[in-house]
Amino acid sequence: MSKSIREELDRWIRTTLNKVLSKAPEREPSFKTTSQIELQRLYTPLDGENRDYGRDLGFPGEYPFTRGAQPTMYRGRFWTMRQYSGFATAEETNRRYKYLLDNGQTGLSVAFDLPTQIGYDSDHPLAEGEVGKSGVAIDSLKDMEILFDGIPLDKVSTSMTINSTAAILLAMVIAVAEKQGVKPDVLQGTIQNDVLKEYAARGTYIFPPLESMRIVTDIFAFCKDRVPRWNSISISGYHMREAGCSAVQEVAFTLADGIAYVEAAIRAGLDVDSFASRLSFFFNAHNTFIEEIAKFRAARRLWAKIMKERFKAQKDESCILRFHTQTGGSTLTYQQPDNNVVRVAFQAMAAVLGGTQSLHTNSKDEAFALPSEESVRVALRTQQVIAYESGVADSIDPLAGSYAVEALTDEIEKKAMEYITKIDGMGGAVRAIESGFIQQEIADSAYQYQREIESKKRIIVGVNQFQVEEEPLRDILRIQPEVERHQKEKLARVKKERDSGNVRKALAALKNVAQGTGNVVTPVLDAVKVYATVGEISDTLREVFGEYKER
Amino acid sequence: MGGKMARKIRVLIAKPGLDGHDRGAKVIARALRDAGMEVIYTGIRQTPEQIANAAIQEGVDIVGLSSLSGAHITLFPRVAEILKQKGAGDIHIFGGGIIPVDDIPVLKNAGIREIFQPGTSTEDIITYIRENVRAHT
Repeated sequence: MSKSIREELDRWIRTTLNKVLSKAPEREPSFKTTSQIELQRLYTPLDGENRDYGRDLGFPGEYPFTRGAQPTMYRGRFWTMRQYSGFATAEETNRRYKYLLDNGQTGLSVAFDLPTQIGYDSDHPLAEGEVGKSGVAIDSLKDMEILFDGIPLDKVSTSMTINSTAAILLAMVIAVAEKQGVKPDVLQGTIQNDVLKEYAARGTYIFPPLESMRIVTDIFAFCKDRVPRWNSISISGYHMREAGCSAVQEVAFTLADGIAYVEAAIRAGLDVDSFASRLSFFFNAHNTFIEEIAKFRAARRLWAKIMKERFKAQKDESCILRFHTQTGGSTLTYQQPDNNVVRVAFQAMAAVLGGTQSLHTNSKDEAFALPSEESVRVALRTQQVIAYESGVADSIDPLAGSYAVEALTDEIEKKAMEYITKIDGMGGAVRAIESGFIQQEIADSAYQYQREIESKKRIIVGVNQFQVEEEPLRDILRIQPEVERHQKEKLARVKKERDSGNVRKALAALKNVAQGTGNVVTPVLDAVKVYATVGEISDTLREVFGEYKER
Repeated sequence: MGGKMARKIRVLIAKPGLDGHDRGAKVIARALRDAGMEVIYTGIRQTPEQIANAAIQEGVDIVGLSSLSGAHITLFPRVAEILKQKGAGDIHIFGGGIIPVDDIPVLKNAGIREIFQPGTSTEDIITYIRENVRAHT
C-alpha cells in the first residue's frame, strides 16, 4: 500500500501541485515551527511508516501514555479548572477564591508575592514596594488561616507556586488543614518546588543549588510519608518558555530537570517507585497550535521511556507524566487586548487536545496589570466553553493518527532527546545551569523570536501588523499602597501575640537539623505552628546554607 | 570625523527589586549592543542603591529600568532620587515593563523620562536613546 501512496504522491507533486506552484508560489520558501522544525507541505501515511501503534502510541492510561495519562480522560471528568490567583492580602485573595469557586472553578492555585517567594517578611527593606503586588503576601500561619478561611481543604485541591520557600508554605497548609479537622493524608494539592528552573529562568532562588536540592528531596521524603496524595513537585517548563525558549527546548529542559530531581532523590536513598508517581509537570500553551499539541504528547511519551528505561521504574504510575498547563503570558499583547481572549482560547484548546490534567487560562488584561474580576471570569468561561460546548472532551486524544500531529510528536521527542543527551554530556541539568548553558539557549531563542517580530518574519496581530490607534486600558486592578502598611501591622501583631520563647526554640531546632542530615520539613512544620514567620525560617536556613548569587 | 572619535553610548540596563522576569531586559541589552552601544546588564534583584552606584561607577549616559512585578512605582523614582543626591542627575533614565498608564505621569514627575510599554520594538528604543543621549566625548 505504501508503495502506491508514494507513487501517487509523486504523481500529485509532478502534476497537480507543480501546475499551481509554477503560477503561484507559496507565501514563504519554507515554514518553520518555533523549534525550527521545518514543516512539510503535506503529511501523509508515508511519514509514519516506521511507527508501531502498540509501541509508540498504545492506549490511554497505559505505557507509554502517548494517548493520555488516564484510561477515560475527559469522558470521566474534565481537567481541573485552576486559575492562578493571588494579590494584596490574604483577606482580599480569600474573597477572590470564593468568587472563582462560586463561578465553577474546581481547584485553587495560589500566587504569592515575591517577598514570600524569596523568604522575606513584609517588613524587610527588600520587600518594600513588592508586598502584595504579584501575589498574596504571607508572613505567618495567621495569613494562611485567613487565606483558606471557609474553604474546605479536604474538598478543594490547592496548587501553590512556591519554590525556595515551598517547605514553609506546605507546612502552613498542613497546619491550617489540621485546624479545619482535615488530616494530612487526605490533603490534595501541589507545590511547585522546582528550584532548578528558578536559576534558569524565573529567579526566586535563595540557596545554592546543592542545598536547594537537599530541601527538594527532603520534601519528597516528607510528602511520601505524611501527605501521600500531595504532588511534591511540579517540574516546570512554563517559565523557561516564557523566558523565550522553543517548544522542543521546553520539553528538553523540563525533562532534564526532572532527571536531576529523580537522580537526587535516588541518591538520597529513596526508591524510585516510592516517589515517582507524585512528580507532576507544568507546561506552557503557546500560539503554534499543532506544534503545542504534539509537544504535550511527545513529553508524555519521552518521560515514560526515561522512567522505565533509565530509572528502571517498576510501576506504571511512576512513568506517567501528569501536567498542569497555563496559556502563554508572554503572548498577551498590550495592543488591542480583546484579541488576547482569542489567543487564550486557541492555546487552551491545544492544552486540552494535548491531554492536560489542569489548566489556567490567562486574562486579556495581563499585559497591563493583574487581571480584573471580570476578565478572570472570561478566562474561566473560555475553559468552560471548551469543556461543555466544543465537544473536544468527549473522545480521547482525538487528534491521534493525524499525519501531521504524529510526525511532529515524533520529531519533538527526537529533538528533545538530543538536547537531553547533550545535557547528560555536561554532567546533567544542575551543571548545565551552573555553566549558564540553559540560560544562554533560552536567551538566544528569545532574541531570535524578537528579531523575527521586528523583521516581520513573524506577525503578531495588532503589534507589527493590523495596528490601530487606540486608548490604553485603564480599568485595571490596582494594589493600593495601604496593603503594605496593613500587612506590616498584621505581622507586628502576630509577633507580639505569639510565644517568642517557643519561636526561638523551634528555630534553634530547625538550625540544628539543617546543619545535620535530618529532614528539614519536620522542624519547619513545628516552627510554622508556633507562628515563626517565612522570613525567620528562611533566615535560619540562610545562616546554614548560604545564599546563591547569580553569575 | 575630523576631531576625536565619538565615544560609544554607554547604557546600564537594570532590574530593580525582586522581580525575576528578565527576558525583556536581556533582549534589549543585546539589541543595544548590536546597535553599537556599550551595555552593562546588572542581572536581577538589584536595589536602587546598587543600580545608582553601578551607573556612576560605569560612567553610563543612560539607565534603562525594567520591572514587571508592580514595584516600579516605589523603585524607579528612588533610582532617580539617589542619582540626583550623588550629583549624577544628568544621567538619563527610562523604563519599561508592566506599567499601568496612570502611573506614567507619576514616574515622569519623579525623573523617569520615558516609559516603554509591551510591544515596543527595540528599533524604537535605539532611536530614542540616540536622540536623547549625546555621548560625552
